[in-house]
Amino acid sequence: MKIDPIHQFNIEPLFTLGHIGNQTIAFTNSSLYMLIAVAIISLLMLASGAQLVPGRLQSVAEISYEFVASTIRSTAGSEGMKFFPLIFSLFMFICVSNLIGIIPYTFTISSHLIVTAALALLVFFTVLIYGVAKNGLKFFSIFVPHGVPGYILPLVMFIEVLSFFLRPVSHSVRLFANMLAGHIALKVFAGFVAMLGFSLGALGWVGGVLPLALTVALYALEILVAFLQAYVFAILTCIYLNDAIHPGH
Amino acid sequence: MAESHGGAKGPAAAAHTEADGGHHGGGFPPFESSTYASQLVSLGIFFVVLYVVVSKLALPKVGGAIEARQNKIEGDLAEAQKLKDQSEAALKAYESELAAARARAQAIGNESRDKANAQADAERKALEEQLAAKLAGAEKTIASTRATAMSNVRAIAADSAAQIVQQLTGVVPDAASVNAAVDASLKG
Repeated sequence: MKIDPIHQFNIEPLFTLGHIGNQTIAFTNSSLYMLIAVAIISLLMLASGAQLVPGRLQSVAEISYEFVASTIRSTAGSEGMKFFPLIFSLFMFICVSNLIGIIPYTFTISSHLIVTAALALLVFFTVLIYGVAKNGLKFFSIFVPHGVPGYILPLVMFIEVLSFFLRPVSHSVRLFANMLAGHIALKVFAGFVAMLGFSLGALGWVGGVLPLALTVALYALEILVAFLQAYVFAILTCIYLNDAIHPGH
Repeated sequence: MAESHGGAKGPAAAAHTEADGGHHGGGFPPFESSTYASQLVSLGIFFVVLYVVVSKLALPKVGGAIEARQNKIEGDLAEAQKLKDQSEAALKAYESELAAARARAQAIGNESRDKANAQADAERKALEEQLAAKLAGAEKTIASTRATAMSNVRAIAADSAAQIVQQLTGVVPDAASVNAAVDASLKG
């Protein structure tokens, strides 16, 4: 039995939607899981009732709301609440799709760099456009830190500018790489169990207990990572937006 | 990488790739650029849908529910505080009324006692005066009676003396000398 840890990331077109230039636009398995994630979030937020004493589902919806809201308030101040819908959408989209992706035989949207890059660029351009629109040229004062001696200022500014433009790279690659690596590791360790069993017989099945235990442990870790990476993506978005809202800091 | 098996990415190949995973072994799906357009279009559509649902429906609904609860709790707390204040005010009013009633009762008691005392005093005084008057009348009567009795005693004494003298001497004494003798003995 051959382990193919990459197979789970394949994009399988389900039906074709149309063509843009010479590119075929298809409704893929990735699209399907995006649809599922959006449907789950909408269902959670809209079908959970608005009772005075919340039920379970409504509690989850309200905890998500409060969680994202408090994250924004603590990192970007109350002015950051302007971007509440954006950050909430990003957080819930990534969190829910990551958690769905943990289920065996499902697809993980954020294991594709193009998706995470698109989301990171969305944040990047939101910061850039809002920052310039709100503060004008003062926005670029984020590249000039206070209290830096004049003779190293050009170097510091160069580093600041570079790090600013590398933000979408680190922002997207972090999420992508975490999800990709986690899923590969899970697949490899889970594959060991079957491989040992099928190649070594009874002894192999007994020996497979170890990689199985590791798979269970890794699975727990991946659930944490699925949530944590969504949180990291959201909190970095808040921190970047904070630059656009308060460029003086 | 993507070019080497780009044909497998067509829609028709979907079922085929599912059965033959090894076909993709050489490529790395996240870097197959032929799938980018489809993913970006899907992401664009679904993320915009999600954003609209979240910003127009979900957040106002959930935020409204949270705010309504907050308002309700604050309203209830304010109501409870108001009721507490009211009960405290009522208690205070009750206590002050009780104190006033007590003071009034005491005042009424004092007043009635004073009045009763004054009345008793007045009655006693009137009675004493009456008694004194009666006493004075009685003393006067006694004095007059005594005076009358004394004058009678003199007449009786004069008569008796005249009788005694007549009996002893056989001579009727002179009334004037009898009287003078009686007076002298009375004085004596």
